[in-house]
Amino acid sequence: MKLELRGITKRFGTLLANDHIDVVVEPGQIHCLLGENGAGKSTLMNVLYGLYEPSEGEILIDGKAVSFRGPGDAMAAGIGMVHQHFMLVPVFTVAENVALGAEPTKAAGFLNLDETRRRIREISDQYSFDVDPDALVEDLPVGVQQRVEIIKALVRNAKVLILDEPTAVLTPQETDELLDIMRQLKSGGTSIVFISHKLREVKEVSDTITVIRRGKVVGAASPAAPTAELASMMVGRAVSLTLDKAPAQPTEKTFEVRDLTVIAPNGHHVVDGLSFDIARGEILAVAGVQGNGQTELTEAILGLQDRVSGSITLDGKELLGRSVKDVLGAGVGFVPEDRKVDGLVGTFSVAENLVLDLYDKPPFAKGISMSPAKVLENAKARIGEFDVRTPSAVAAAGTLSGGNQQKVVMARELSRPLRLFIASQPTRGVDVGSIEFLHRRIVAERDQGTPVMIISTELDEVMELADRIAVLYKGKLVGVVPAGTGRDVLGLMMAGIPPEEHAPVQQAPQGTAQVTTAASTSDAEGGDHV
Amino acid sequence: MSDKHPPKHAAGEPGPEAQAASPAEDRTAAVVSVDTAGGAMEPSAVPATAQSGQLPGGPDTVLRRIFTGSSMVSVLAVLLALIIGGLLIASTDKQVATTSTYFFARPTDFLTAVWNAATRSYIALFQGSVFNPRGNGVAAQFAPFMETLTIATPLITAGLGVALAFRAGLFNIGAQGQIIVAGILAAWVGFALHLPLGLHLLLVLAAGIIGGAFWGGLVGVLKARTGAHEVILTIMFNYIALYFLRYLLNTPAFQRPGETNPISPILDPSAVYPQIFGTQYRLHLGFILAIAATVLVWWLLNRSTVGFEFRAVGANPKAAQTAGINVSRSTILVMAIAGGLAGMSGVAQVAGTEKVLTDGVAATYGFDAITVALLGRSTPWGTFAAGLLFGAFRAGAVQMQIQTGTPIDIVLVVQSLIVLFIAAPPLVRAVFGLNPRRRKPARTAKSRKAATTGGAA
Amino acid sequence: MSTTVSSPRPGQPQPDSSTPDSGPSSVSAKPVTWRTPVLLTAFGLIALVFFGLMGPHQTASFGISTGEDFFQLPALQVNAFAGGIVLSVLLLGLAGYAVYLKTKDRAAPGWVTVTFIVLFVAAFLIWVVGGARTPSISLAGLIAGSVTLAVPLVFGSLSGVLCERVGVVNIAIEGQLLGGAFTAAIVASMTQNPFIGLAAAAVAGAVVSMVLAWFSIKYLVNQIIVGVVLNVLVSGVTGFLFSTVMQANKAQFNSPPGLDIIEIPILSSIPIIGPILFRQSLVGYLMYIAVLVVWVGLFKTRWGLRVRAVGEHPQAADTLGINVNATRFWNVTLGGAVAGIGGSFFTLVAIDSFTKEISGGRGFIALAALIFGRWNPIGAFFAALLFGFADNLQSIVTIIGTPVPSQFMAMLPYLVTVLAVAGLVGKSRGPAASGIPYVKG
Repeated sequence: MKLELRGITKRFGTLLANDHIDVVVEPGQIHCLLGENGAGKSTLMNVLYGLYEPSEGEILIDGKAVSFRGPGDAMAAGIGMVHQHFMLVPVFTVAENVALGAEPTKAAGFLNLDETRRRIREISDQYSFDVDPDALVEDLPVGVQQRVEIIKALVRNAKVLILDEPTAVLTPQETDELLDIMRQLKSGGTSIVFISHKLREVKEVSDTITVIRRGKVVGAASPAAPTAELASMMVGRAVSLTLDKAPAQPTEKTFEVRDLTVIAPNGHHVVDGLSFDIARGEILAVAGVQGNGQTELTEAILGLQDRVSGSITLDGKELLGRSVKDVLGAGVGFVPEDRKVDGLVGTFSVAENLVLDLYDKPPFAKGISMSPAKVLENAKARIGEFDVRTPSAVAAAGTLSGGNQQKVVMARELSRPLRLFIASQPTRGVDVGSIEFLHRRIVAERDQGTPVMIISTELDEVMELADRIAVLYKGKLVGVVPAGTGRDVLGLMMAGIPPEEHAPVQQAPQGTAQVTTAASTSDAEGGDHV
Repeated sequence: MSDKHPPKHAAGEPGPEAQAASPAEDRTAAVVSVDTAGGAMEPSAVPATAQSGQLPGGPDTVLRRIFTGSSMVSVLAVLLALIIGGLLIASTDKQVATTSTYFFARPTDFLTAVWNAATRSYIALFQGSVFNPRGNGVAAQFAPFMETLTIATPLITAGLGVALAFRAGLFNIGAQGQIIVAGILAAWVGFALHLPLGLHLLLVLAAGIIGGAFWGGLVGVLKARTGAHEVILTIMFNYIALYFLRYLLNTPAFQRPGETNPISPILDPSAVYPQIFGTQYRLHLGFILAIAATVLVWWLLNRSTVGFEFRAVGANPKAAQTAGINVSRSTILVMAIAGGLAGMSGVAQVAGTEKVLTDGVAATYGFDAITVALLGRSTPWGTFAAGLLFGAFRAGAVQMQIQTGTPIDIVLVVQSLIVLFIAAPPLVRAVFGLNPRRRKPARTAKSRKAATTGGAA
Repeated sequence: MSTTVSSPRPGQPQPDSSTPDSGPSSVSAKPVTWRTPVLLTAFGLIALVFFGLMGPHQTASFGISTGEDFFQLPALQVNAFAGGIVLSVLLLGLAGYAVYLKTKDRAAPGWVTVTFIVLFVAAFLIWVVGGARTPSISLAGLIAGSVTLAVPLVFGSLSGVLCERVGVVNIAIEGQLLGGAFTAAIVASMTQNPFIGLAAAAVAGAVVSMVLAWFSIKYLVNQIIVGVVLNVLVSGVTGFLFSTVMQANKAQFNSPPGLDIIEIPILSSIPIIGPILFRQSLVGYLMYIAVLVVWVGLFKTRWGLRVRAVGEHPQAADTLGINVNATRFWNVTLGGAVAGIGGSFFTLVAIDSFTKEISGGRGFIALAALIFGRWNPIGAFFAALLFGFADNLQSIVTIIGTPVPSQFMAMLPYLVTVLAVAGLVGKSRGPAASGIPYVKG
């Protein structure tokens, strides 16, 4: 089946998300849509999948124009989609999730899930998915949930399968397995639209690449094209792939974590016996695939987790068991991983968000009486300092772009004297311009002598910022390695294999000791960033 | 929900708009986080525009607000509700029924009858609530207005309680119960204790506020400790309070000596609010206190750290918690203050208007308070104004029933319709043909948001 | 009550960051809290002290058969003191079992709580009757009366189940019941046909629901606000029309012919269960059918799967071609119709005319039953029965003259609900997307 998008345009109000996009997906191809966060890839695919109606343009299947009034039409036309956020009902079984929307029934609308179970086993065997039709989805690991999503599409006889950022939640090894599955599907005649901003994967698996930037197609590329060329096409200018960063000057270790264990409400040990420390003037980057305890680790430090044991000391004072307010008061600056959920109050003004954790301190408050003038004054200063693009200081923070929202959070946290700075996913969903700015601010904070902890699932970011790298896997510390450690070593560590067990292909084997001296060669990298 | 009629753009002017990072994701995510804290809670009762505090010099000034759409919508919503109420009145009017039998012969008769039926009732309503031109002298002519203020008093304070809780993201359906508990305590202090002038009233007031704060705070504690939903809790607490009151009124301690009627002794003269404008009006000190409470709540919400916490918790509890705000403490505190405010209504009832305790002490003030707060968009002065309006309806309805036979229930109809319409501005604009952009109403809010996102990258 | 919902976190897009990756090591079961064992022990002790040690010493008599049964069973005679002691010891035994399980880090199974509730109610009943001036009641009558009083509650809570399962909070049950009662009365009076009245009641309930659905789905108005306001609106409209229309001409507009009790021969004469199951009005029989149909429908059919998917994860449903908002609209409407039928019970079965506020807050008790029954039709049914029982007991205790003030009896359903939502029955969570409007994209 040949799929063609012609002149697809999608507007939200005055916002142009897709601007006359043309894409042709040939049968049996893996076609990659490459673009930055927010380039409009997902919007385009939601148009294709019938979730959005295009403002202009048409979709052709085998040369015939079709119009989808909803995902049902798209599925009937042979299009399947695996969304970035899985569309699975957590309290349903695999079979129920797969059956949903196209349920085999007996008389009078009674469900016939046996039929679905049979189909699931069939497909599961064919691609060796190893999926139990009767398992509850909420109990399944992320990788398996993704396979359930693929089964959902295959059960509906999808001829074109859209995979939207499918590797974001996977370990490098799981990613490889997924790429294998994609090749298998392709050889079975299924076309795949692969949406990604990760150049390595794209180069490895694609047949054709279409690069999208700011809602427009900027060109096609061959998978054989050099990485730097793809990167500059994606970003729109020559990308300086390295951060200009002086070697770390670590001094005394003021932040220590010992035997930290966090138990989640469901009883899992989500953080399991962690011990590490950070010195003043160095950046420790915590790497790992999403969901391996990073969130809980930061929340435990901040005092947001209930069932925590072990010890966390800052400047010799215990932080564990203290309230969030006390922890912040001890000089901890914190940028949460999801700014919209944890970092900002969307309906509050930018000015109010800039004092969200300072509102009750002088000069913003005397007793319980606040001074709006001071709040506004502070806002104007911060907006200038961090170059926050906002209509005014009293505009609602929720109306700003992702990058500017992140600047607001960062500005707030860096506006007071810090003894420890923690930033979780500091540049997620942020445009490249802001990324550079934010990274420079983080390094500047380090250079002032603050211990800095960065949590990132983006290996590139970790390698760019880190003076030392700690890798988490299933809540445990796999190891702490110096900054120069190679990508393949880190990849294996992210899958839970400590460096000493690696085959001898590694290039920076500094051992596994919990404490390693900070490497001075900070940016040995450079190759395939972004 | 789709964009069927997008404004035609000249091709090739994408420039700044398209820059905004992640257009689609940002747009929806902003909507979700603005309205539901990332989908983790129900959308707030507070319009997003009202949740931010007011900063001097910002565009969010009172003057500007009056001229922005929302005030216009409020006025139109009231108008629309009155029209529908009028039609309901007309539909049961005898004259209308008679004329409708020969509608096709003389339609004007029918329309005149409809007009007459509705206006007759509404004129009576006005005369009963604001100004009665047939009154004997100026004092009597303004008596209805004084009555309006009297009835508005408990509506305002209870409404403030509901509004305050709304701003903290809590649905306080429990003003009714809070008024009752406050009424019980205040009344008991008022008739059972005999204290000097001044001190007695002060104690009555304190007892009422504490009673209401206790009943509201209890809900806050249960919510904070167990996560139980406050809507269910407050509804249940209303009934528990009511049956407890009925029980008490069946015990000798709360009955008049020698009687078994479920009515308490009259409060001591030292325990009741003085009447502000002399004895010919029922209006009492409680109204002044209601004004003071409005000022206080305004200050609390917009100028105090406590209010900042309340608003932050209401708009995004997770972010508030991450910023070091104690959400549990805020929940308990806001429910206690809300209960205290409702408690003031209880005091206004037993120490001001009624001077005794009966099982009708709360009348329907607790439920009306919800509509008052909603009409007032959960802002203190909005609630104050809404309280006056609904007070006028209540006061006027009595007169209306006497003069025209229109049942008081019409007030409930008009009141609830107003709130429904105010909550759905696109509907009101559609009815009055005011939708500026030709697009499906439910979209407008979103596209406005998307529009402001543009160019900020 | 098997199919309870316990979604780990509500909210639309799963925040993938917090999805615990591949259940790491150690413990995999949910942690067992002390709440249930502690509460059970506390109530066990209350039973021991009040119903047992401080209990009355009379013999309580419970009539089992009514004159219409085809065989007579002797009345049950229980010494109140002994009964109280025995039952409270049993209760403490159950509590002890829960404590024992907790020490083994296991949760008490559902039957423990259910048995506990049943025994506690029994102990309470013996205590109440044993302390009365005339320590004798007809158990059969008590139960039959409870079922009768529970009918509107069951319909109301089914309406809640239908709405909440699809993701719309229905606070307007009260308004739906009231609207149904009013419409049944006026239509049945005008047509002199109770069946048309019944149908009209369903339509009225559906109309109230449609307003709820319309405002909350199309205009994204907060569902709780719409619900609260609708209750006021229906109360106002019915009150207005009652005063203007019905009172002006009672004969024409407010004297509905009732729905007769239909006795099924022989079966209706079985002691206790006969009157409950086989001596009901049409509305009563419809209640049993509705409970079963809703349960089967929700958990065994395509419709139910889609409804639950929409209530749990509307985006997922949307991506599979299910029209979320249409599903919500029609289910909410159906829920309203069900509640409307429940409302007709007031004017076609219980009383033969409409009065203002005839539903008297039962819509809120129905809401409580829905939560107590954990969003499950069968659970809600039994919860409603329990509340109907409390309601009935309230009127009976005033007759037989007990030390317990009737007001406290009336308070019971609300107290029980507070305990329920505060965690007696464990963390019960509704459908994940309930109350959250669905905005595409």
